Amino acid sequence: MLGSGILKGMVETARNFLGSYIGKDRLTTVQFPEERLPQIEAARSFPFLVYDGADWQQGMRCVSCQICEKECPPKCIFIEKSKDKKPDAMGKPQFYPAVFDIDISVCMSCQICVEVCPFDAIKMDVDFELSTDDRFGGLLFDKQRLSKSNEYYNAIHPTEAGAVDAHFAEERAKLEAKTKAALHAKLALAAEAQVAGGEPR
Amino acid sequence: MSTAAYPSAQLMLEPAANGSEGQLLEVSMGPQHPSTHGVFRMNVALDGERVVKLKPVFGYLHRNHEKIAESETYLGSMPYTDRLDYMCSITNNWGYALAVEKLAGIVVPERAEYLRIITGELTRLQNHACLIGFLMQDMGASGTPLMYAFRERESILDLFESLTGARMMCNYMRFGGCRADMPAGWLEQAQKVVAAFPRFLDEYEQLLTGNEILMERTQGVGVLSARLAVSAGISGPMARASGVNYDIRKVDKYGIYERFAFRVPLGEHGDVYDRYMIRLLEMRESVKILEQAMRTIPAGPIVDPKLRIRGFRPKAGEAYGRIESPKGELGFYLISDGSPNPYRYRVRPPSLINLTVLEDLCLGHNVADIVVILGSVDIVLGEVDR
Repeated sequence: MLGSGILKGMVETARNFLGSYIGKDRLTTVQFPEERLPQIEAARSFPFLVYDGADWQQGMRCVSCQICEKECPPKCIFIEKSKDKKPDAMGKPQFYPAVFDIDISVCMSCQICVEVCPFDAIKMDVDFELSTDDRFGGLLFDKQRLSKSNEYYNAIHPTEAGAVDAHFAEERAKLEAKTKAALHAKLALAAEAQVAGGEPR
Repeated sequence: MSTAAYPSAQLMLEPAANGSEGQLLEVSMGPQHPSTHGVFRMNVALDGERVVKLKPVFGYLHRNHEKIAESETYLGSMPYTDRLDYMCSITNNWGYALAVEKLAGIVVPERAEYLRIITGELTRLQNHACLIGFLMQDMGASGTPLMYAFRERESILDLFESLTGARMMCNYMRFGGCRADMPAGWLEQAQKVVAAFPRFLDEYEQLLTGNEILMERTQGVGVLSARLAVSAGISGPMARASGVNYDIRKVDKYGIYERFAFRVPLGEHGDVYDRYMIRLLEMRESVKILEQAMRTIPAGPIVDPKLRIRGFRPKAGEAYGRIESPKGELGFYLISDGSPNPYRYRVRPPSLINLTVLEDLCLGHNVADIVVILGSVDIVLGEVDR
């Protein structure tokens, strides 16, 4: 019968329309600024720099190796290496970035900087409400704006940050064991020298 | 066919040279026409309502993808491939990864192959669902079918977001595997989405397939003969709708597709209705592949642990990797001279090559049919212009 196909379609739309009053799963949209969907853990927007401790300048993990600057596909990272060194999380003196800028109007959120970073210093943020009326300065993020604490990183990507922290703890334990072993060896050596030297002075 | 834009002063055809009685009218449809699927222009010569000539004009979205890739490292081009066909970034990643793996002789671990198939087929589902929605939108069914498609696409994009971190620009594949493993509970969620998908397809069929208006508008419109499809290099669902049995998943057996049982649906008439039906049937086959893959996915590494991300330099040589993307044969041709960036990088985009027969499909039809025919070709301008 002519028109039966259209009628069948109308029944389908009616079912969807009425179903939205009964089944909650039929309501697929939310009223955005007031209602928000839960943040998905793996989500990414733009990179940020992680720092340990309370002071962002002291605890900055970045050692200014400039690998991310080289590997960034659209070349949106600009780094200037410092002249002096400061101790890093392990206590080793390292360079730090004197200037670290990311132009997020160029950044395409590809995450390659995160993958190549050997120091777990640069990670992806989840903040997306970044619109501004200043199209040049407002989208060029400097070192201070990029720096975010390790606690913040743990809050947005718990699984990933937990793995990173565990890795750091392991490294630190290894380092401590090594220094302890070195100390022990030194002491043993001194004791041996004492024994060999005969009488105590 | 020329890709150059026509100067506005120069007419596309000589008014006196044809046999039509009335005057011909030249209409420039696009580049911002709402139903041109992006910035795409068609210069159409009309005799009344009838199309006598059509010239596609494109290049408005050209962004130098191939040349940029030649100055970029191999990995650096991966996020740019997302932007080719921005509806299905994962299959673009796959095509490029396949070409580089062929070039460098990298073996992909088992689990990564399964992940690729699962994400790739999910991409096909959402692409085809949206395409049908857009086709209906072009026909004037504003809203309903497209919104139903977007509702289903949303659940698939949520899966992509929790797996890859992004909804559209996934940047998921790596040479020799995938970037991220499934988070906890992902597989169950994906199984739920796939299990619910046939219900959506039934709904779509109820809504559209028997609809008299749809049949009237699409049957016998934009017929592509199998002969022309083969000689013009048409691939993908468009060729299969014309009855050409050519599916690279079956022909090339890339990845591990030979392990899964699925059939290749073929059309008979090659008109717009067949192209619509082919996509519906292909989605059902994709669901079958997904169900099998998700049942049998093994544990193991997702990327070869010996592979390093940085300092990737394949030996000198060339390779062509191709996959069956949702739109057709997507190929990447690479020449390496042993340096960290490719000497030559070339994309074979299915959208562009399927678009070349647009004039043959449109001739003799009404001007209102042009947008319907264009909608059934399934183009994405990011891939046409590159």
